[in-house]
Amino acid sequence: MTASTSARPGVARAPSPRGRPRRRRRLAVGARRPGSVVVLVIATLLVLGPFLWMVSLAFTPEADAFGSASLVPADPTLDNFLRAWSGGALGRAFLNSLLVTTVAVITNCVFATAAGYAFSMLPFRGSSVLFYTLIATVAVPVSVTLIPLFLMAKTFPLAGGNDLAGVGGTGLLDTLGGVVLPYIILPMNIFLAKQFFDAFDKDMAEAARIDGASELRIFVQVYLPLARPLVAVVAIFSFTGVWDDFLWPLVVTSSQDMQTVQLALTRFLGSGNVQYGALMAASVLVTLPVLAVFLFNQRHFISGLADGSVKG
Amino acid sequence: MTSSTVIAGAAVAAAPGRPRRRRRRGSFTGLWFVLPATLVIGVFTLIPVGYGLLLSFTEYSPLSRSGPEFVGLENYAGLLHDPQFRQSIGVTVRYTAQVLPLLVVLALALAVLANKPFRGVGLLRAGLYLPHIVSLTAVSMIWLWLYSRDGLVNEALDLLGLGSQRWLYEPDTALNAVSVMRIWKALGSNMVLLLAGLQAIPQHLYEAARCDGASAWQQFRYVTLPGLRTMLVYVVTMDVIYLSQSFAEIFVLTQGGPLGATTTANFLIYEEAFQANQMGGASAMAFVLFALIAGFSFVSIRAMAGRNR
Repeated sequence: MTASTSARPGVARAPSPRGRPRRRRRLAVGARRPGSVVVLVIATLLVLGPFLWMVSLAFTPEADAFGSASLVPADPTLDNFLRAWSGGALGRAFLNSLLVTTVAVITNCVFATAAGYAFSMLPFRGSSVLFYTLIATVAVPVSVTLIPLFLMAKTFPLAGGNDLAGVGGTGLLDTLGGVVLPYIILPMNIFLAKQFFDAFDKDMAEAARIDGASELRIFVQVYLPLARPLVAVVAIFSFTGVWDDFLWPLVVTSSQDMQTVQLALTRFLGSGNVQYGALMAASVLVTLPVLAVFLFNQRHFISGLADGSVKG
Repeated sequence: MTSSTVIAGAAVAAAPGRPRRRRRRGSFTGLWFVLPATLVIGVFTLIPVGYGLLLSFTEYSPLSRSGPEFVGLENYAGLLHDPQFRQSIGVTVRYTAQVLPLLVVLALALAVLANKPFRGVGLLRAGLYLPHIVSLTAVSMIWLWLYSRDGLVNEALDLLGLGSQRWLYEPDTALNAVSVMRIWKALGSNMVLLLAGLQAIPQHLYEAARCDGASAWQQFRYVTLPGLRTMLVYVVTMDVIYLSQSFAEIFVLTQGGPLGATTTANFLIYEEAFQANQMGGASAMAFVLFALIAGFSFVSIRAMAGRNR
């Protein structure tokens, strides 16, 4: 997790104040303060503990779930995963979540990035007012838009048996189209994109303009190829944000067929008699895609974070 | 959404002034680029805010044949005397107020420790960050098991001879149990942000302080804390915004019980709107919550950023 490599071209990064730290020095400094290292190790173990038990429990037969405080299951089994996948109808939920996140990732990568680019590189009269209006929507609590969005999904014209006025049917309720509505543009991504392009060189655009290129072509062919780290970050955040969301899918879906993975997890809760083995196996499965996304993109993610802070 | 704001926030905190450019040519080309995003946010966020405000002045059940019925300020007046709503605001405030200070202080302490370079520090940082990556639902599932009758928490207490508890089923302990989980979940992301803030403090300030004979505590108090102020404001404000809207962990762990001891305002709004079908009243609750959150954010930003300007 060290914030070392800047993956952004064109971003002027302030040099690390300490210069590039040498490994020998690092060890020496740490060794001089063993106390802080011990505290940090204990804290990390406390944080990791529950995950280790989650994974352990996922491989433990349901009958042994309690009373065995050992981390390594005596009799490891894949039974929980099978039950989670088939019995819990997790397959369908995965498909639903995958479809919804894919749409959200694509729309955010295209439209949020384009908007951020224009706010940075092609300012127009009133653009900064518009920008701050859009960004301010981040501060609106979910509960404020939840009810109106539900009613809007219900009265969506010509969907789910509705007429042109949105009356008569169920609209987009309990459809994947309804689930995806609030995720199409996540305003924070516009902000990220603007910040990113603000640090870019404007001369390339001028040169391309003199050559007679259209603004769309300048964006797509000159800047977008250089903005791959930005696109990666937007994709990661759209993916994890949508994959993890709970309240909106809970409200807009009603049948098991339309549930997302987070909702599917709660199916194992039952009443009173929770199947912890299957539940933990399902939790592990639901976590894996996000974990994979983070591991494969760690470089972009960390450099995004570092750049944001270094600018201060 | 949490993670995207984490990064962007780092940038927010760091960008005080933006250069203003006037472009002579292509004056409205940019509008085409922002049009799709503007339309989507307008339709799915701005219009709903206005629609919700209108709804909050009505009585409306989606089950009834008739549309919303205008009742003026009746919903808001009713909330003043609604014991359930008052309790839920109390729970929300208590939850936020007990999680926030512990969370920020612990995260700051860990960030200071993890800021020292030594072998393996990256691994420890990654380990501490892990709960942030896992969804609140899945994390709540883990803690549901930890807190269960024969779960790990009770096993550990039994070993120490302290006796077990029904953590999530007693009004006295339920909210505290949820709070502990939430601190555990948010610790890593707070730490990483504060770490980024720490690394942005110029090292020569510490050298100057040491030359003047400042103790470790004085260096922390007069160099680290002022240098971190912008980031602290951001972290605290975002924490308050998220904590005051808690829902998934309440849904999974306690369903608002026992006896409403963990019914946060957001959870009550959900129940009122989608189980009791009282959408007008629920909208009024949402706007009261909105006003409280906005008020607190404003005050905290003023209090923490306003000084020494």
